[in-house]
Amino acid sequence: MRRAAPFLLLAVLPLAGCQGWQSALDAQGPAARTLADMFWIFLAVLGAVWGLTMIALLLSLRRRRPADADPLATNPETERRMIVTTSIAVGLTLVTVIALTGLSYAAQKVLFARKDGALTLLVTGEQWWWKITYEDSQPNRVFTTANEIHIPVGEPVLIKLEASDVIHAFWVPSLTGKMDLIPGRQNQIQIQADRPGLYRGQCAEFCGLQHAHMGLFVIAETKEEFERWRDRQVSSATPPSDSHRQRGMEIFLSKPCVMCHQVRGTDAGGKVAPDLTHVGSRRTIAAGTLETTRGNLAAWILDPHGIKPGVNMPAVKLEPDEVQPLADYLEGLK
Amino acid sequence: MCSSSLKAVAASILLTALALAACQREEREFRSKSMADETEEKVSLVPLSPGPSGPAEQRSGTAKTYEENAYQIAQGQRLYAWFNCNGCHGNGGGGSGPPLMDDMWTYGGQIEHIVQSIREGRPNGMPSFRGKVPDEQIWEIAAYVRSMGRNVPKAAAPGRRDDMSPGPAEQRRPPGQVIDGGQIPPSAQMPQ
Amino acid sequence: MTRAITPDDLDAVPEISRLATGERGGLPGVRSEADAPVSPDELRDDQVDGPELTARLAKTWGTDKGIIGALSTVDHKVIGRRFIATAILFLFLGGLSAVLMRLQLALPENRLMGPDFYNQLFTMHGITMMFLFGVPIGEAFAVYLVPLMVGTRNIAFPRLNAYAYYVYLFGGLMVWLAFILNIGPDVGWFAYVPLSGPEFSPGKRADFWAQMITFTEVSGIAVAISVIVTVFKFRAPGMTLDRIPLFVWAELVNSFVIIFALPAVVTASATLMMDRLVGTHFYNAAEGGDALLYQHLFWFFGHPEVYIIFLPATGWVSAIVVTFSRRQAFGYIALVLSLIATGFLSFGLWVHHMFTTGLPQLGASFFTASSMLIAIPNGIQIFCWIATLWDGRPVFRAPLLFVMGFFFIFVAGGLSGIMLASVPLDTQVHDTFFVVAHFHYVLIGGNVFPLIGAVYYWFPKFTGRMMSERLGKWHFWLAFIGFNATFFPMHILGLMGMPRRVYTYLPEMGWGHLNLFASLGASLFFASFVLFLYNIVSSARRGPVAGPNPWDAGTLEWAAASPPRPQNFDRIPVVTNREPLWANRDSLPVVAGLSVENREQLVTTVTDGRADLRETTPEPSIWPFLAAIATAILFVGSMFTPWALVWGSVPLALALMGWFWPKPNTEDEK
Repeated sequence: MRRAAPFLLLAVLPLAGCQGWQSALDAQGPAARTLADMFWIFLAVLGAVWGLTMIALLLSLRRRRPADADPLATNPETERRMIVTTSIAVGLTLVTVIALTGLSYAAQKVLFARKDGALTLLVTGEQWWWKITYEDSQPNRVFTTANEIHIPVGEPVLIKLEASDVIHAFWVPSLTGKMDLIPGRQNQIQIQADRPGLYRGQCAEFCGLQHAHMGLFVIAETKEEFERWRDRQVSSATPPSDSHRQRGMEIFLSKPCVMCHQVRGTDAGGKVAPDLTHVGSRRTIAAGTLETTRGNLAAWILDPHGIKPGVNMPAVKLEPDEVQPLADYLEGLK
Repeated sequence: MCSSSLKAVAASILLTALALAACQREEREFRSKSMADETEEKVSLVPLSPGPSGPAEQRSGTAKTYEENAYQIAQGQRLYAWFNCNGCHGNGGGGSGPPLMDDMWTYGGQIEHIVQSIREGRPNGMPSFRGKVPDEQIWEIAAYVRSMGRNVPKAAAPGRRDDMSPGPAEQRRPPGQVIDGGQIPPSAQMPQ
Repeated sequence: MTRAITPDDLDAVPEISRLATGERGGLPGVRSEADAPVSPDELRDDQVDGPELTARLAKTWGTDKGIIGALSTVDHKVIGRRFIATAILFLFLGGLSAVLMRLQLALPENRLMGPDFYNQLFTMHGITMMFLFGVPIGEAFAVYLVPLMVGTRNIAFPRLNAYAYYVYLFGGLMVWLAFILNIGPDVGWFAYVPLSGPEFSPGKRADFWAQMITFTEVSGIAVAISVIVTVFKFRAPGMTLDRIPLFVWAELVNSFVIIFALPAVVTASATLMMDRLVGTHFYNAAEGGDALLYQHLFWFFGHPEVYIIFLPATGWVSAIVVTFSRRQAFGYIALVLSLIATGFLSFGLWVHHMFTTGLPQLGASFFTASSMLIAIPNGIQIFCWIATLWDGRPVFRAPLLFVMGFFFIFVAGGLSGIMLASVPLDTQVHDTFFVVAHFHYVLIGGNVFPLIGAVYYWFPKFTGRMMSERLGKWHFWLAFIGFNATFFPMHILGLMGMPRRVYTYLPEMGWGHLNLFASLGASLFFASFVLFLYNIVSSARRGPVAGPNPWDAGTLEWAAASPPRPQNFDRIPVVTNREPLWANRDSLPVVAGLSVENREQLVTTVTDGRADLRETTPEPSIWPFLAAIATAILFVGSMFTPWALVWGSVPLALALMGWFWPKPNTEDEK
């Protein structure tokens, strides 16, 4: 039928959604798998309901009355049959709705169950980046990083969610659903990854000018790799070994950077911007927007508003011979 | 119909009038126009100068884009806390540093003077922030400081912060004035 | 054509027996006036007949010429036409902003516009479509059609109705003017705190949002009151509750939902303005406020709001399905009860917009159940309409085509809504393009497609000409294909991780192709609206002339001329059936006795439709317009200073005094 043509075209496109590092249908964790399964069940049931309704609609278009029939005339037999049919349809709808509600409750229980996990994080939503604090029972093992979370594979990780300014939402679709970060209250979410890999997330509550570029990465790795990563993150920045990077560090400490950023191991102690102690070890800068390369670092420092207009990072004036050493230094903070 | 052309004329007059009023306040300029080090403000700190005319001054004219702009003042409000200005100046009431919401300005209370104070530092404890705070942000902070005493238009001054509230927000304070040398507020006067 | 009452009619409506005797002086049940001596000079509509009656009544009920006459009119048809035209203008403005948004999103990291302009654009798109088009268009059709459908001469409280239109116009103009001047709101149509609060939204932008709400909600509640009273008290004699047309039932339920839902959003916007302007702490967590309070207040309104947008459309669909099936509605009682159930249930769903805020799960699961449950009354309506078509003889003209489009699209949207009702599924798709797809399917499918069908259907009544059927078919297919091409891919984009309200996206996300496809679809969809506008304009000028009832429909508005005379009906009809024109094909029974020289309407009882009183209704007056100007000054001033509430109430008080100044009216002179 003519009406089906556009639909057939679009039927090909859904296949695109099944893969992707930020796709709800590409489930990489138990919670996301439950949700994806639920989605397919709902889609099948509700798609069938839609299809049956459309068939009924199309069948209804056959002209069953003669042209000169009185519009007010009704055949009691037809009326009775139609009453029975519509009542059955309503009953079936009710049953379907109740079944889907029950299914939803079951999934809800699974999704919001809290398993005891060793690892606890505190994620604070800022405009427009993620401040991540790894908690630990020993205070000297607590550290802060930004925009990138590493977790051990196969273990549940509890994340506490707070916001410092406006409402944000933490969402890593491959692993689980989203949860809002609301100033004045603390929410919680639990994530778990089945396989090592890179999972992207993004802020999912409109938070201002750069809401579109507030991404984050969750990297799942084996327990050993994770522990190695964590030990490195806890440590302060190693002093630069060569003079090029040494000069870069001096430039860093003499510029506005120190007013907002922190590099543990130096005198830079600003707390309001992302922690740069190990910025070179992160895959991206600017909340998932740019890959961590020297060129991108330089571009971000010299013209942040050209990349993310409205962001809180100011443009920093650098002399031409200061750009390379500074970018080298930052890239070397691994 | 003649009434529709009348409506068109009235609408355009209204539009122009409103445009002039609102344009300045609501502009949001993210990228600075130039990458120059800092604006040049040749201001004097005192009204005295030999001869009949007052002191010769040359200002860059940047004042309006910051002082009358709600967005820039709001940015200044954010930076004031981020850079810990309230560590010495409190929320404008002063502490170890002088109050910023009154009319007493030892080094001048117009925005160019405040910008110079932040850039250069002042004796007895005010650090110099030149090179450590980009010039744009210095202007934003200075604009916010001006709003503390309501030396900016009411509609541009910030409302209350999403924080514990020490007093009325800047936009609800009575309009201020800058008196050279200023008057010591009653709360600061020595007991007799 | 009208005729005198026969004994058959008396069986149907026993109360009219006295009229059959041709008694002068009025109507049964009239208390003080029945015994009062009738002035021999007072001309009534049983004394005059034919063209002379029409001309005299037109003079009494008409609108004066000139600008003052136009601004003073209280004729519901004039105000209704303006309302419809203004709402459609806002539909176009909202559509233009959507096209601009889609142009920006067509390519990854597109530089067509920056985040600031895009944020203003999507906010304006949202508020225009929801507040300036979605609610007013339903009310506009009610203002025009409800008095005609219930068989009376004018809407109740006609001056309040005029005032409501002007207030709506001023509110819409205010916020669009603000947008043009770069002070438009940029916080989303829902303006969550703390983003829209004083610290994170500097300047006056969010205040324009908040005050626009006040304008449109005052207007909405005023029209709702007028509609309810018209439906309850001004129906034609014999129109018992079970003979009220389905469209009128839909508008009645809609008006009740409006009255109960709108105060919540006015509270939200007023408290937001107080936080911003006077430093209250409603939403300041540090001083004991709560950001979630705002969300509760907003969504308590926000969910019924979408039903306010949907319910009038059910009325349009009912009217079109009945007329174009050539059969009376199947399951009238079920349809009416479904409408009422939908109205009630819509107030119990609001937390499904807040499933990801960390509210207790037990409470949230209650809202899953209620959100799924509302599918039952909606489903009953769909099944009854399909049954009507099934047993009828469908006529495939443009209105029915668009109703077919409604079924296809709205049911799909409703089913994606069932997915969203489930808390766990919602945690994945909330605030993504999946939700965008869902609500465009239910709102465009559920309101805009029926609206277009309604325009094609009632255009002959409004203008006296038919719209082009050929263009109508082109229009339908362009709209249907364009709409699905635009919004179906968004379901997939949401599942692929694309959040809402983003001004751009990174190329490596893989969303580029679907976005480009959707943007191309959007231009097709917009082109269909351009075609629609062309059809309207050219048909109004050159379309084939239509008689009073070109579709051979059954409800009362088709008994009036096309376009209706100012008085609507020369004599008030008497209703004996749900479809009066189908029951009385040769001629329609009428009741006579209303004054010809003065504006009088017949008041009937609420349940039985028994004739009760003759009521003098207000003459045209300039005071509603002046009061609206005073209101606008009050509202706009209070955005800048709280003292405006004091000083601004002075001109408003003066305008209200002029409005309500008692005038001697003809009833007193008896």
